[in-house]
Amino acid sequence: MKITDETVYELAHLARLQFEDEKKERIKADLERILEFCEQLNQVDTDGVDPLIYLSDRVNNLRPDDVRVDITQDEALKNAPDADSDYFRVPKVINK
Amino acid sequence: MSSVYDNYELVIGLEIHAQILTRTKAFSSDPAEYGALPNHNVSTISLGHPGTLPKHNEAAIAKAITLGLACHSEIRKENQYARKNYFYADLPKGYQITQDKTPICSGGYVRVKFIDESTKDIELTRIHMEEDSGKSIHDLDLHNSLIDYNRAGTPLVEIVTEPVIRSGEEAGLFVTEIRKLVRYLDICDGNMEEGSLRCDANISVRLKGATEFGTKVEVKNMNSISNVRKAIEFETTRQIDAIENGETIVQETRSYDALKGNTFSMRAKELVNDYRYFPEPDLPPLIVTEETIQQLKESMPKLPEELFENFRNEYGLNAYDAGVLTETKELADLYLGITEHTENYKAAANWVMGVIKAWLNKEALDVDDFHVPPSRIGALISLVDEGKVSNAIAEQRIFPALLDEPDKEPLQIAQELNVIQSSDESFLEELADEAIAAFPDKVEAYKNGKTGLLGLFMGELMKKSRGKADPKVASEILKRKLEG
Repeated sequence: MKITDETVYELAHLARLQFEDEKKERIKADLERILEFCEQLNQVDTDGVDPLIYLSDRVNNLRPDDVRVDITQDEALKNAPDADSDYFRVPKVINK
Repeated sequence: MSSVYDNYELVIGLEIHAQILTRTKAFSSDPAEYGALPNHNVSTISLGHPGTLPKHNEAAIAKAITLGLACHSEIRKENQYARKNYFYADLPKGYQITQDKTPICSGGYVRVKFIDESTKDIELTRIHMEEDSGKSIHDLDLHNSLIDYNRAGTPLVEIVTEPVIRSGEEAGLFVTEIRKLVRYLDICDGNMEEGSLRCDANISVRLKGATEFGTKVEVKNMNSISNVRKAIEFETTRQIDAIENGETIVQETRSYDALKGNTFSMRAKELVNDYRYFPEPDLPPLIVTEETIQQLKESMPKLPEELFENFRNEYGLNAYDAGVLTETKELADLYLGITEHTENYKAAANWVMGVIKAWLNKEALDVDDFHVPPSRIGALISLVDEGKVSNAIAEQRIFPALLDEPDKEPLQIAQELNVIQSSDESFLEELADEAIAAFPDKVEAYKNGKTGLLGLFMGELMKKSRGKADPKVASEILKRKLEG
């Protein structure tokens, strides 16, 4: 399958990734190789075979509605790239 | 004269998100309560840490099924979960767990009632389960957005209607009905201002008779029922004006500004959202058994519509009374409680909607806070019915005393206040003689045909009895004496 420039830009947008424009051709070639590799799967006849979503036969796995508090606010904020004493801090998401 | 607006038909579909009232989140055990300090109600699961696994809250599932049953939907036996992928800071995993192809409830309808008592069944497309996101705060910090994940992972149901709503009024009635329903069933507190019940509207217009839909615009942030109505009315006019001016409607998301009463574009979608739904492999399929459905059906309280019919047909109330009494489950329960102690259903309705509600309003209390046992109100109604006290005395003297001493029998209070009405004839004869003696000149006038003067003598008699005379017996005695 041929990967177009638009596809690369769209994927980059969806994945929130940036790349330098000179790398574009290499990315396109890589993506094409990946798709080609995966296309081998199309050789298998899967008519009438349900897609496999779960690796076990287990169903439900529900939990009762009982409160358990595992981590404190301090612990919650500890791994954040940026935080103040109460909140996670992220770049301004909207311009008003 | 017909206006250009009359040439168009409005097509609305609503999406209502309701936070399910559970103690814990949808897929983790951290508390789901509203109003905690920021980032206190969190867990490694709701924060989306790698390697954590979600586990579904059975209470949330039960409530979603109950709502479906109340809306006459079909309950799906085999459910899968899906991931809806998008990047936003308040969604830590980068995807929302939701149901895509297998909503827990399909179809069904909610009946709305118009002022003229005509009804319309608003058809539902589906009700599915999903999780809420965290909250972004944009105005606390000059340079950053701040994120509070307390809400992240709170269980939600999303109720989606077919595009069958034709006016802002209908939309408002539908949201009112849904809010009533989720409150009755204890599924959601229905608080639109705090955002536990949220409504988005997909709005388009088309020329009457057209079969194709117009381009739809999604309107968000209508945090009250009257705003839902107003936003739809504004948006309709905006769209029709645009079309009449030869402009094309852009498919976009707009936000309602309650202060200005208009809608504004939130973002021009340079790329159409691509959520790349796929099955959520971290949660095994959910299997709902017929047994579970039956159990939930049996434990369901009576629904407002059902109660309304009961109140009309079995209790003989008029539509207005039945409507008021079924507005909330609490009010209906209070009424039903009282009717267990009296068969005078109309009087019970009057007490609940009149004196009791007025007192609650004055004290700014909820119906749940009414502390007088229903048996006492029932007994009080019986006192009036038996002619032991007048209605006015019951409302103005005994009821206030009952509020202070709810454990006392109304009869005892009446005795202590010395307000038991007397129908004792010799006592009343004496009073009647005194009343007649007080106005000798009026007696003559009465005998000459001014029978309207009876009220004057009655007033005098009642005054002398300190409100205790049984007015029916007393007036008969007076009449007999005056005419004799």
